[in-house]
This record gives sequence, structure tokens and C-alpha cells, in this order.
Amino acid sequence: MTNVTMTINGRSVSGTVEGRTLLSTFIRETAGATGTHVGCDTAQCGACTVHVNGASVKSCNMFAMEADGADVTTIEGMANADGSLGTIQQAFQDHHGLQCGFCTPGMVMTAAALLKENPTPTEGEVREYLSGNLCRCTGYHNIVKAIMAASGQDVSSIAAE
Amino acid sequence: MYAFELERPTTLADAIKALGGEEAQPLSGGQTLIPTLKQRLAMPSTLVSLTGIDELKGIKNEGGTLTIGGATCHADVAKDGSYPALSDLAGHIGDPHVRNRGTIGGSLANNDPSACYPAAALASGATIVTNNREIAADNYFTGLFETALDEGEIITAVKFPIPEKAAYVKFEQPASRFALVGVFVTKGANGVRVAVTGASEGGVFRWTEAEEALSSNFAPSALEGLSVPADGMIGDLHGTPEYRAHLVGVITKRAVMKAG
Amino acid sequence: MPADGGIGAPMKRREDVRFLTGTGRYTDDLNRPGQAYVYFLRSSVAHGKINSVNTEAAAAMPGVIRIFTGADFEGIGGLPCGWQVTDKHGQPMQEPGHPVLAQGKVRHVGDPIAAVVADTLDQARDAAEAIEADIEELPAVIDMKKALEDGAPKVHDDLTSNLCYDWGFVEENKGAVDEAFANAAHVTTLELKNQRLVANPMEPRVAIGDYDPAGDNSTLYTTSQNPHVIRLLMGAFVLGIPEHKLRVVAPDVGGGFGTKIFHYAEEAFCTFAAKQLRRPVKWTSSRSEAFMSDAHGRDHVTKIELALDADNNFTALRTETYANMGAYLSTFAPSVPTWLHGTLMAGNYKTPLIYVNVKAVFTNTVPVDAYRGAGRPEATFQLERLVDKAARELGVDPIALRRQNFITQFPYATPVAVEYDTGDYEATMAKLEEIADLSGFEARLEESKKKGKLRGLGVNCYIEACGIAPSHLVGQLGARAGLYESATVRVNATGGLVVMTGSHSHGQGHETAFPQVIAEMIGIDPSMVEIVHGDTANTPMGMGTYGSRSLAVGGSAMVRATEKIINKAKKIAAHLLEASEGDIELKDGAFSVAGTDKSVAWGDVTLAAYVPHNYPLEDIEPGLEETAFYDPNNFTYPSGAYACEVEVDPETGKVTIESFAAADDFGNIVNPMIVSGQVHGGIAQGIGQALLEGCVYDEDGQLLTGSYMDYAMPRADDVPYYAVDHSCQTPCTHNPLGVKGCGEAGAIGSPPAVVNAVVDALQRAGKTEVTHIDMPLSPSRVWAAMNQ
Repeated sequence: MTNVTMTINGRSVSGTVEGRTLLSTFIRETAGATGTHVGCDTAQCGACTVHVNGASVKSCNMFAMEADGADVTTIEGMANADGSLGTIQQAFQDHHGLQCGFCTPGMVMTAAALLKENPTPTEGEVREYLSGNLCRCTGYHNIVKAIMAASGQDVSSIAAE
Repeated sequence: MYAFELERPTTLADAIKALGGEEAQPLSGGQTLIPTLKQRLAMPSTLVSLTGIDELKGIKNEGGTLTIGGATCHADVAKDGSYPALSDLAGHIGDPHVRNRGTIGGSLANNDPSACYPAAALASGATIVTNNREIAADNYFTGLFETALDEGEIITAVKFPIPEKAAYVKFEQPASRFALVGVFVTKGANGVRVAVTGASEGGVFRWTEAEEALSSNFAPSALEGLSVPADGMIGDLHGTPEYRAHLVGVITKRAVMKAG
Repeated sequence: MPADGGIGAPMKRREDVRFLTGTGRYTDDLNRPGQAYVYFLRSSVAHGKINSVNTEAAAAMPGVIRIFTGADFEGIGGLPCGWQVTDKHGQPMQEPGHPVLAQGKVRHVGDPIAAVVADTLDQARDAAEAIEADIEELPAVIDMKKALEDGAPKVHDDLTSNLCYDWGFVEENKGAVDEAFANAAHVTTLELKNQRLVANPMEPRVAIGDYDPAGDNSTLYTTSQNPHVIRLLMGAFVLGIPEHKLRVVAPDVGGGFGTKIFHYAEEAFCTFAAKQLRRPVKWTSSRSEAFMSDAHGRDHVTKIELALDADNNFTALRTETYANMGAYLSTFAPSVPTWLHGTLMAGNYKTPLIYVNVKAVFTNTVPVDAYRGAGRPEATFQLERLVDKAARELGVDPIALRRQNFITQFPYATPVAVEYDTGDYEATMAKLEEIADLSGFEARLEESKKKGKLRGLGVNCYIEACGIAPSHLVGQLGARAGLYESATVRVNATGGLVVMTGSHSHGQGHETAFPQVIAEMIGIDPSMVEIVHGDTANTPMGMGTYGSRSLAVGGSAMVRATEKIINKAKKIAAHLLEASEGDIELKDGAFSVAGTDKSVAWGDVTLAAYVPHNYPLEDIEPGLEETAFYDPNNFTYPSGAYACEVEVDPETGKVTIESFAAADDFGNIVNPMIVSGQVHGGIAQGIGQALLEGCVYDEDGQLLTGSYMDYAMPRADDVPYYAVDHSCQTPCTHNPLGVKGCGEAGAIGSPPAVVNAVVDALQRAGKTEVTHIDMPLSPSRVWAAMNQ
């Protein structure tokens, strides 16, 4: 057992972990931030996506010890300082980019990583960037639309409410 | 997962030392290894993480050779751009999150028959640099998940001569998005080289007939009438050996066209 | 006044805030004090005799609390089946036992053999590996037709064969149907498979059992679409716990798509073990475990034939289907290929004679049950593929052939036992032609040709029977439960309302849409209404959410309860206004006396109900709370027309969806934003079935698609933006909201459009021998079809 400390959404969190303890487990159980979800065990669904030192990673595919000393951001760290929804979160609500909500944290974290790299992506770039995040509810239509809107692009010509 | 110790050395020397232990195994980006561990298909006593070792990371372009540290992640290779075909390949491995963790050394050490990097290394005539020696790519890939690496030997860097022309085209398996067939072609000082991943039961291979045909005429039309035999190709629910053999021809043409 | 929050408003969803900030509470986010963890040792063989299960060494391992095997469940009920189908000879289906943990035999890969409860999950899993299970592998039956051959290995030794039932519908029509075929001018025949799918809600299943010895109360937290159904099935049939001693909580649930309807062994186990061990017991499925323990969907093999007269009128339809039940009967499995499938075979057409035969078969595979659409996608797929094939054989336009045979008069009684109340199939087809720009297809075809791609257009119609309800009808059809829905509407003293509904929201947005209905009825802001669901302790007995039923049935119950509230409130208002009750009008949140300026606000009336100082106590009770149970007298019948355009890469066989359009008639719409979202998701699942997904076993019963590495889920770059429209509205005539339900339509209507489009593309390229390709239309299959 090893002690690790990391900053999660600006808060320093320490805990004792085994070698095999996953970062997602540390976030959910030690830090109590259950917004990060685990939807598969082959690193494909992306529900567990968080940012480690600014880079998006699948937290169920990384050991907690590997994030020792790191700066971690999860969905709980994405709202504005006053608690209101951040730009991407607000766009997801405005454009109905979520239904059951389970994949949503990973989608928001992925969108944030994309828009940091590429502030005005094309539809195709958004879809390709989401290739590591599965959603079973929305058919992706409104997720893509929400991300396009969050990037400041006009989405009024995209079909439907 | 079975229980194991996880060590995070910060120098290559410490990593080598740690890997000398019984049942010790290197851990690079872990994007393949961790799912394997979750299925309890591997039982290391110690995992030695290589991603905290700065000397294994980084990309240098010197004298027409691109040297990439073994623990350099795909995203960094994708961003580099000094070997455009290689960056293009790296930028389409897995997904953005996998690319932020997965490393070139890890990929080449694992030698998954459907992985992308082996095709790049073989087609480029790359050199695999380990803590002990340098291995030409032609001698490195020895079979399915098999390489010339010895126990405890780790990839410290990969040296790619940057060719005059090169391109990689991947035809994806619909579920995993690994290569059902991926073809990397190069034309440069080493002549024309064509490496195929995803297709063969023996892992990545060079398609020598195509290389010969392209040597005299580096154009898709040079490949007309050429095909690889279906015998020895992988057959699974995503494609028969015949389909894969057919795709090798199609995708090679597309790679040549893309290389220009 | 609900200026932007009543019926028809695209209100943003209130539940989104918690999901977007990571504060949703899914079952796996819950932990009980002192909780232990269970790991299930599952069969690695498809069929085997359990000679012994030795747990001695495993039980001694660190952290192990207790190991349970099938023997621990001797004398305890098995998992019940909620639907009994009667076969064509009038005999009940064969119904095997389904023990919580395997007894005597294992019958599919994933069948639980033992359950290890330990302090940690890792300890439980470590110990499970130390269990010595001596299992003698037996020959497995995987293929349905082989399973029915004489001498085939039997999945259940105590049954006479692997045939669950042989169902004929309508048996009395069979002779007339055969005669119509004998007299047909043209007969089109198609043999096809509707492949096995895995529902794959993104949240894997979770169960936590808890027990309070002081009150002898059991609680199950579970990922369910219908907590009351689980309470009834598990309490009454498995564990013998009366409902007042059993609470089932389904908190935020991350998608269901049918697979979270059913009562599963893990739920019963955790509830049972928690009581035995006096400790909470938690199980969290991994995705790999989900692939071999969640009920699968579809898996039909069908031969379908259409008879036409010389004028291309449909004269008769005949189908023969083999439906895979898997190794056990899941909760509603028998109903899917029968009542949810046979009753839909008329589709949108006035075919006068129909006969449907379904043989349900046991195999050594995971049980198969309802998955989004459940039976109706299978019906739609066969019929709409067949009509397309018929049009091609006859050399007529496939849309024109459909139009010619459309049902145009409503209500319409089909020859397969249902009565469509409303619909306008011509309207949705015309709308589809507009939104899909079908007239521009030829130009797009030319563009594709220039790129070296084969373009195809596929169109189809669909009809579904949903709003799944009428108890009197489903009872006759073999349902062992009623299918009403309930709501309690509680008005608080200061005017706010709480609706406790038996419906369950796991992505459908009830917390937003339901208040819109009440806001409209009372004329208040929807923020004054709170929705409570998912906990049997604080909601009336309900049947839950599936079959596109929540608004049509659950919403109607809420309307009925709210009508009772309004009626009572009018009495109170009449008293306060010293007027006659008949003169009281409710508008914009105020009660007024007709023809006067006298009025009293909603909040004053509700306050009077709880502070009855000036109150007609001699006539009515204080308080303002009403419950209603609603049981409609028919299904609802959404319908529509879908179009898909594809490009096929002739060199690789890869299909890309270039466009997809859906024109639906859902009757009245409460929240068009949510409705569009439901259709989008359904279409993606339909495209997934058509092009990507397929659950595959090898001949020994090993699951070849046990993870997302081999089971291809649709991703963002597999699909385009969809054009959806629901402006064609023929309101349902028999529920108070005039709504029809929209949850399954997309998944029902979309697969044939995609396959029709691919076949069209190949036909246009001269591959006239390709009349059908079985789903999924993977690149390799399309290439093989082109090069056969």
C-alpha cells in the first residue's frame, strides 16, 4: 500500500492505494467524486474521462499511483466559480445533449479537451474526437450540436429542437 | 486484477534494475496492458512504470532521422509533424484519450497484430533502440505478440529515417477500431517499402511483390493484378482471410495514392 | 401561466443540471455502511453438468464472509416468467425453472455457479478463483433449428424438447391465407435473420441488498426501469418477502432500453444474502459480465411471404419465425416474438389475411428478452424488406407500392387482433419526401458516382403498438401482470405540487415533461411541480417505463389524479367565492366565477385546503392529495416513414450513412425537444443494428463478442445529423393527452431503411443478384455479397 496525493478540482486529496488501484477508483471512492463513471473494462466507453495535468485520459485505464502529484479535473470541477453551468455544460443543457446522463461527464470532459486544442472544430472533427466516448441515448446528434454551439458556432441550421 | 507492486522509477537505470525482479513487467501507457490485467490474463508481481522517466520521452529530428523516446505518447508524435505520415498514423490510433497515454514503445513491445505502429516501423526501416542494443525493424517483429526483445529489455527509442514519400491508410475493424488492414508505404533512400498490419496471422509483414512493382513505378496502377494469398490471413467475425487479402491490395493502392 | 412551459414547449431539462455537474446519484454511487461485495463465479462453458462445487479452500481465504452455491437456494423460488404464451394447440408453453444460482447444470456461458461475498471485491474475486467447480461439459445447442432436431441435446432435461412453444396467429386464418397464396398473381419470399443484440445501456447493472433486522425490512437498490415490478416478482415469487417488508429503490438509472426491465438473479441474490449475513451486499457488473448476464435482444430467423393480386394489392402475408429464448425464460421473453411481433405484421397496409407462426426455442445462450422496440423492430424489418423486394420484382416504385396498399380509414381492425385508432400514413410519407428531399436524389447519385461510390436510397414505413397497457387485453394474451400506471398528486399548502409516479425515468426526461402537463392543466409555472419516482416506499404501485408507455399511460394517470385535484379545488374555490361550483373556472392559476371579476388564486385555495378555517368541512375533507390508476382500453399506434441514403465503397464494402430522415406521427407532443432526442437515439440504435452490432456465439456456445473490442457500438462518426419531424399529428383517441409514445419508434423504423438503401445501391450498380444481406451490414458482408 502506498500513499498518494493529488489535486482533484483544486482540492488536495490523499489516500492509501494498492498498485492495482485505478485512478477512477481513487476519484470515486477516495475523493468521493462519483460524477466520473465506469462503463466498461476495455477502455472504450470513455465515461470515466478526466483531465490529468490538462490532458484527457480514461481514468479507468490508468493507475492512481501514476497520478501521484498530478492535477486532476473531473466533471465536478467544470462549473463556473459561482456554481452556474460552464459554457460546455450549458450548451449540453440548451441543446439536449444528454438523456440518461451516464456518459455525460466523459462527453463534457472530452469536449473541453477538444475545444482547448481546436476552438472552432468542424462537425467531422467533433465526431472524430468523440470516437472514444460511447453514448447509447442521444444518437450523438445533440452532443455534436452542443459542442459546436459551445465553440461559438451557429447551430441554428441543424435540424430539430 | 491480481495484486502487484507498482514501481515508478524516474531513471532508466532504476527501471532496468526493477525489471530484474521475479515476474516484473514493464508498464508503459497501459492502454492495452491494463484491460488485460482487468481480465486477469496477466499476473505480474511487479509493474515497472516507464512513463515517469524523462529520458525515455521526447522527439528529435536530426539529419533526416526522427528519434522518438520509447515512452513518448501518441499525441506527442501526432503533434510533431516532422514525419507527416507517422504523425498522421499516431493521430489516428485509438482515440484522443488513448493517445494521451499510449506510447510508441509500448505499442512496439506488445506487437499486437492489429496495431498501427508496427507497420510504420517496418515500412520505414526504423531501428528499435533498447537499453542493450539496436534492432533493425526487419529483425524485430517475430510473430503474433512476439518480438526480438529479451526478458527485461525495454525500448528506449525508435529511430525513423524520414523517407521522401510515405503514407499510412488504415481500414478499421468496426468495433475495436484497430486495423482490420493497415498499410504503410514509404519511398526513400531504402527504396520502396510496404508494410501491412492487421491482416496476417503472423503479424505485421512486408509485401515484397508490391515493393518491387512500386520500385519501378510508384503509382497505384503498378499494383494492378497483384494480390496476397488468403492463406495465412486472419479470419474472424470481422472478415474472412479472403476479405483481408483483398483489402491488402485495395488499401495499399490507397496508401500509394495518398503518399503522392 | 406557463408561457414557455406548458404542453408543446421545448423546455430545457431540469434533471440535466445534476447530470452535468456530476451530482447524479446512480446505484453504484450508493454505498451502505458495513457493505460487503459479491463476485459471481460464472460458467465458462455453454452447457455442463455440475458434479460438485467445492468451496472449502476458497471460504478460508482472506476477507471471505460466505460462499453461496445453488444448494443454498434449494426450496427458494426461481426467477419467474411474467408471461405465459399458449401454443397453437391450446397448450401452455414449456416453462423451465430458473434458479438464482445454477443447480445441477449450467446452461450458458455466464450462468452463475457460485457467489462469493467478501469484505472487498478483489478478495471476493480472488476467492472465486479458488473454488473447485467440477463441471462436466455437455454438447451445447446454439443454432435454433438444430436445437429442434430429434436427438438434440436438451437445455432442460425435464422438458420434452427445446421447443418452448409453437404459436400460430391467427390459427383460424391459416387455411384462408394458404388459399390466398395459391391464388396469388405474384408471391415474394424473403428469408432473413434479425440478429441477436446486446442492449448496452452505458450504466452497467448494479444491485445492493440491505436488511434491517430491527424491523425485518429488506431494501434493494437496483438499476431498474420498474422497481415495483421487481418488488412484486422478487418478493412474491423468489424470496417470499411481502411487499410491505420490501422496498426497491431505482435511483438515477443510466439507460435501460429494455434490459433493465427484467428481474435478475443478482438482485435476488443481494437481497437474500444481505438478510442471511446481516450485512449490505453490493454487486456491480463489469461490462464483460454484462455481455453474458444482461438479457439480450432480437435473435429471430424468419421466412416471410407476401401474396399480391394482378393489380399489386397485397392479398395475404405468411411468416414463419424461429425465436431464440436463450437458456431460460427471462421476465417477459415469451411475449416478444408473439404479442409484440405477430400483432404488428399488418404494418401500415390493408393486407386482409395474415398468418404468423413462431417457434420459440431454448438454446445454450444468454436469455433473450425485450430490447428497444421488442418484437416490433423484427416485424417491421421483415415486412418492409419484403415490400421493397416485391416492388423490385414487380418493377414498381417501392413508395408507390406502399402508398397503394396503405390503410386509409381509421379506426382500422387488422387481421392480427389489434385496432389502430388513428393514423395518416400518406401524411408522414409526404412529409418524408419533403424533409429527405427525395426529389433531389438523382443529383446526389451523380455526385456519388463521380467519387466512385455507389449511392442508394432506402425508404420504409412503420407502425408500432405501444403505450403498453390495456390490462384486460394483455391478460387475455398471457400477461401475468396488469399494465396500468399510477400517480399520486400531492398539493402542498402553499400551492406547490409533488407528483409521485409509477413511471421511471432513465433518460426520458419525465422530471421536465410531466410538470409541463400539470402546468398546462392548472396554469402555473412548471417549476411549482416536483416529480418523485423510482422508490417503492414513496410512490404508488406502478408498472414502470418500457414500451413507450410513460406519457401515454403514466402521464394519463397523472392527468386523472390532477383532474381530481382540480375538481376538489373548485369545490373549495366555490366555497371561498360564495358561488356555485358549476360556475367556477380555472385559468392561469386562478379560480374565477364565470361572468364576474371575482376570483381566488391557486395558492389561496391550496392554503384553505390545509388551513380549513373557512372551508366546507361538511362536504369535503381537508387536504389536497389524489391518486389515480389509469388503464387504457387500447395500445397507441405511432407510425411514420423513414428514409436513408448510403454510400457503398465498391472496393471495400464499407457503408456510410449519408443522410437519415424520419417523419413520425406521435399524436400530441408535450416536449418536442425531448421527442426529437428520443428519435435520434432510436435511429442510432437502428443504424447500429443495421450496420454494426451483432452478438455472436461460436458453435460451442462461446461468446465471441464479449466486449466492445468485438461488439461494434455506434460511435459519433458512424452516424450523421438526422432530419426528424413530428408535425404530422393524429392524436390518440383514447388517452386524455392524445399522445402515442415516441421512445422506440426510431429503433423500430430505421433498420429496414438502411438495408433497403444498401440493396438499392448494389442493385443500381448492376448487382441484381443481391436482394438481401443479413445484418449487420459490415464491410466484409457487403463485400462478400457483391462478390458472391
